[in-house]
Amino acid sequence: MSTATATRQQATPAGTAKARRRLSPARVVLYVFVTLTALAWLFPAVWAVLNSFRDYNYTSVHGYASLGGFTFQNYLNAWEQGEFTRHFLNSLIITVPAVLLTLFLASCVAFVVARYSFRFNLTLLGLFTAANLLPQQALLIPLYRAYRSIPLPLWMSDSGQLLDSYWGLILVNVAFQTGFCTFVLSNYMKALPHEMYEAARVDGAGVPTQFFRITLPLCRPALAALATLQVTWIYNEFFWATVLMQSGAKFPITSSLNNLRGQFFTDYNLLSAGSIVIAFPVLVVFFVLQKQFVAGLTLGSTKG
Amino acid sequence: MSDLPTVPTAPAEAAAPRRRGGRVRVTGTDRIFLALMVIIPTVMVVGWVWLPAIASVVLSFARWSGVGGLDTIQWIGTENYKNVFTNYPPFAPALRHNVIWLVFLFVLPTLFGIFLAVLLDRELRGTRFYQTAFFLPVVLSLALIGFIWQLIYSRDQGLLNAVLGTQVDWYGDSRVNLWAVLVAAGWKHAGYIMLLYLAGLKGVDPSLREAATVDGAGQVRTFFSVVLPVMRPINIIVIVVTVIESLRAFDIVWVINKGTNGLELISTLVTANVVGEASRIGFGSALATIMLVISLVFITIFLSTVMRGERR
Repeated sequence: MSTATATRQQATPAGTAKARRRLSPARVVLYVFVTLTALAWLFPAVWAVLNSFRDYNYTSVHGYASLGGFTFQNYLNAWEQGEFTRHFLNSLIITVPAVLLTLFLASCVAFVVARYSFRFNLTLLGLFTAANLLPQQALLIPLYRAYRSIPLPLWMSDSGQLLDSYWGLILVNVAFQTGFCTFVLSNYMKALPHEMYEAARVDGAGVPTQFFRITLPLCRPALAALATLQVTWIYNEFFWATVLMQSGAKFPITSSLNNLRGQFFTDYNLLSAGSIVIAFPVLVVFFVLQKQFVAGLTLGSTKG
Repeated sequence: MSDLPTVPTAPAEAAAPRRRGGRVRVTGTDRIFLALMVIIPTVMVVGWVWLPAIASVVLSFARWSGVGGLDTIQWIGTENYKNVFTNYPPFAPALRHNVIWLVFLFVLPTLFGIFLAVLLDRELRGTRFYQTAFFLPVVLSLALIGFIWQLIYSRDQGLLNAVLGTQVDWYGDSRVNLWAVLVAAGWKHAGYIMLLYLAGLKGVDPSLREAATVDGAGQVRTFFSVVLPVMRPINIIVIVVTVIESLRAFDIVWVINKGTNGLELISTLVTANVVGEASRIGFGSALATIMLVISLVFITIFLSTVMRGERR
């Protein structure tokens, strides 16, 4: 990422100078095309937001191609009928530990792979990265069966087993996401200056010091980017929660969408409001942490 | 699953570094620390991802209701596979839908995303706004996207029917629903590819392009003969991401109708065979193994691309 930013900064002065010189017809076409496409892209989301603020009784009489009937009531109804308080809490219970654990475990492996040249480094990195790319359904059957037969004490899970417990869901998310983060972090750590570690070693710093005091603080930008990305991904995770949770009350919010369908039946305004509420946390990411998110995503594909 | 800790990386091996010019010397507690740093995450990834994946392959040769203990498993050879291909009506449509999914994602959203990235790379004024617009669907889950598009696709109140004056149930009619879903999924995919590709384009050395321009190459020519070859790793990543996404497609279809009536996918068949009333473990595992094999081919391509630099 650092090299990419550097080249961009170099390229900008020459590029804008060229752009200012004249606005050729081809460039006008380009602007018109990109603007129209961008507006078309925003449309489905804007449409959902617009309708979420309208009264169902008004739109069902006047049709959607009308103005008026604006209300906030849909949000209140959606929140109450969808039991959003509970489901948001579930998402929080699952997402926060999963992200923290993923980042910690990934940092550990990445540190070893990046700082020491063991024989198995490449294999290990491959094993981790590939795990992140497998289709979840390919492991569903044995995992589901195992989850059903692994008992948990009741204070950990009221189902008495790993199936239908927050623990099970957190662990499977961690296992799946660790690969991606390890891959990104190991690339990042390889780019850290060697001299710092030499100096630390001369001062007698052991592995724990090198890891906690030197590496982790230096990786803060990468960790922040990955945290943003992982919060979004695990919050959005649908499949595991759908199959590994049994009781509706424990579903995180993304997977509880399906339960809402019946309640929101034909009231599409209510459905819009529900969708917007569920999208709210990731919209915060979108508006506030966009840079972090994009950085996390592209760190994985463009190295350095 | 009970024998989780027996993982290939034994501590003895973990603590035996091959010294790079005698630089690294690991001793005492550091050894234990390093070993733990590798072993604990490896146990997680192997135990939760690789062992189940291998177990899927093994169980695909079995008949098992999944209710009794492991001793109730019957080994029946390749019968499950024979059944999948000859005696299971949803399989052919599911496979076809997965292929259509892949071809569609590649021909429209992927190429369009690349096209957008190339356009946005040209120092447009207000490029932040454009990027933001295309990026919006990327943060949303596909399950939620399925819901949002319902406002457009609904038969009675949907926007599309109101505009076209039709009465089509876009999500329900098996002749059109796959395409309707693909448009919604492509909405997200194009933005994702645009981001990946734009990041790659920003990393292309500008002097390469200048050299091509000095040599008299036009913009189109410069892109195809200079930029595209340099972007080879990103191109491969984009292709692999598209294949994996098509194979993994599940959420949007499951929220609409659990993958039935025109929306069958291999992923939904596997799921339906396990969590449904009739749990057919061996048969579902055969389906899962087919997915696993296809994905491993592309994962290998991906790994050999991104790790090429590390071997040197």
